Amino acid sequence: MLLDIEDLTIELPPGAAARPMLAEVSLGVGRGEVVGLVGESGSGKSTTARAVLRMLPEGARTSGSVWVDGEDVLAMDPARLRRHRSRTVSMIFQDPRSAMNPVRRIGDFLTDPLTRVLGLSRRDAVAKATELLASVGLSDPERRMRQRPHELSGGMLQRVVIAAALSTEPDLLLADEATSALDATTQAEVLALLRGVQEERRRAGSGLGTLFITHDLPLAAAYCDRVYVMYAGRVVEQQPARRLFADPKHPYTRGLLECSPSLEDDREPRPIPGRPPSLSDAFTGCPFLPRCARAEAECESWAPVAVPFGGGDGDGDGPEEGGSAACRRLELVSRSSA
Amino acid sequence: MTTVTAGALAPVRGRARRPVPVMIAGGFLALVVVAAVCAPLIAPHAPDAVDLSASLAGTTSQHPLGTDASGQDLLSRVLYGARSSLLAPLALLALAALLGVTMGTVAAWRGGWVDTLLSRVTDVMYAFPGLLFVVLVIAVFGDGLTTSIIALGLAYAPTIARYTRSLALAERSKPYIDAYRVQGMSGTRICVRHLVPNLAGAIVGYLVVLFGEGLMSLATLSYLGFGAGSPSIDWGLMVQEGQDAVVQGALLPALVPGTAIAAVVVAFNIVGVRVSDRLGKGR
Repeated sequence: MLLDIEDLTIELPPGAAARPMLAEVSLGVGRGEVVGLVGESGSGKSTTARAVLRMLPEGARTSGSVWVDGEDVLAMDPARLRRHRSRTVSMIFQDPRSAMNPVRRIGDFLTDPLTRVLGLSRRDAVAKATELLASVGLSDPERRMRQRPHELSGGMLQRVVIAAALSTEPDLLLADEATSALDATTQAEVLALLRGVQEERRRAGSGLGTLFITHDLPLAAAYCDRVYVMYAGRVVEQQPARRLFADPKHPYTRGLLECSPSLEDDREPRPIPGRPPSLSDAFTGCPFLPRCARAEAECESWAPVAVPFGGGDGDGDGPEEGGSAACRRLELVSRSSA
Repeated sequence: MTTVTAGALAPVRGRARRPVPVMIAGGFLALVVVAAVCAPLIAPHAPDAVDLSASLAGTTSQHPLGTDASGQDLLSRVLYGARSSLLAPLALLALAALLGVTMGTVAAWRGGWVDTLLSRVTDVMYAFPGLLFVVLVIAVFGDGLTTSIIALGLAYAPTIARYTRSLALAERSKPYIDAYRVQGMSGTRICVRHLVPNLAGAIVGYLVVLFGEGLMSLATLSYLGFGAGSPSIDWGLMVQEGQDAVVQGALLPALVPGTAIAAVVVAFNIVGVRVSDRLGKGR
């Protein structure tokens, strides 16, 4: 397992929040695997991804561990952490325009990690960067190198950011809403590009793991191998992508799927009632209870745990067929069948 | 940078015309700089040529702005005086900017106790009257232009530090800084290579406004006898040397350098406000 998050809890200083930002999150990404992380805004998706780089909120306390390639990110010393950030993991941001220094040229953005991290000479770095730009499908890469971010469109910039992210040949790619700000056709192109990179690395025998964060469940189900659904800082369900789409176990996942319109049938998209929980909402039991259509009185005191089903051991390790969901009703079903 | 962007966005309309006062003030400053550089070529007399027969002469064809008590030509002395009067504030601002920008950036970047410590130091400096602090430094280390520049540089640093800190705090929270950190770039490198250069426009604009103030403070010190001393030629010193003649009815020896100081400071403020507006825009 390339990335293995175990029982990660991130708490803000007392007074800043009523509940942990992340609560007992466990999540795994294998080499060559594309793992989706889905949830509403504020559900802790980005916090999880940033924790992989140890970019934690100020004053936060953590427990649990984040293993990347067998090393705990949360215990690294500063020098090792910088190497980890620059070599092992790369991140793609939602808004490429704000993720780039507006006064630097595209070329500087790309050559900097090459000279700094890989130790290439200035001339080699420029050649490699131009090559990278061409490989992500940008026309006229020599000219792009000399342009500044405001001269390029959002889709082009996202390609530049992807090129930069891949330039140091990382093992793990964190795509934080990488396609959400793009229009549909550009989104498809960028996804195809990422898919292509994935294939290429798989053939080369050095599988690239991807953590693909999105709020778009159908997109995640179509693009990823395995999908984790987050709610209020917890993983509420994880399953292989196709199964999740066909047979969601957690009421929240079901709700999310019913939110999105579909071409196949004529049903209206049904929003989940209520509002997403904020950090000032504390829960005694299941956090989804106030919005759940099937809530029962007992749910109010039920401490959420991942209930495995369908064969897997439920800890999310490895590409097993099963999954897990944190719902009390599921626990009752599995107990009665055992 | 800002002008490039503006030009790229609106290539047809061209640049907006500058207001007339700014044009005049800017033109005047350019003239002062040229005069200071070319002083040996323009000045009608040597600045230290004593001619006791022409003591306290009014405006004559030989001395367009009159002479002082020793009969030295005031026009020539004002022209030569522009050199130290313009260079000294530059040195002072360079020192203050180096200290202030470093302090402000470190405070904003590190946060926590470093920020608290630096902010409290800044507060203490603020609470202490600037001129008093400078006089104190001079009392300890002796007078002279260099001491004045260093003392004023120290006195100005907190202002710049506080300004830089507020700018750096806003800049630091921008996603591109995060992106550099995610790339594993060290904090020092991000600050030196990216954060501070991106603040440079706004800081330079602020420094132009401070320039007038710096010139004024240095002139004050020279006038009080703490700064440049005789035989150097400095506007503040000239005012002090010329004030005795006021009693004798000769206003020019004090008025000429005094007007020079006032005009340059006013011009710098007009230009400075404009420059900081333009350089601060688009952020």
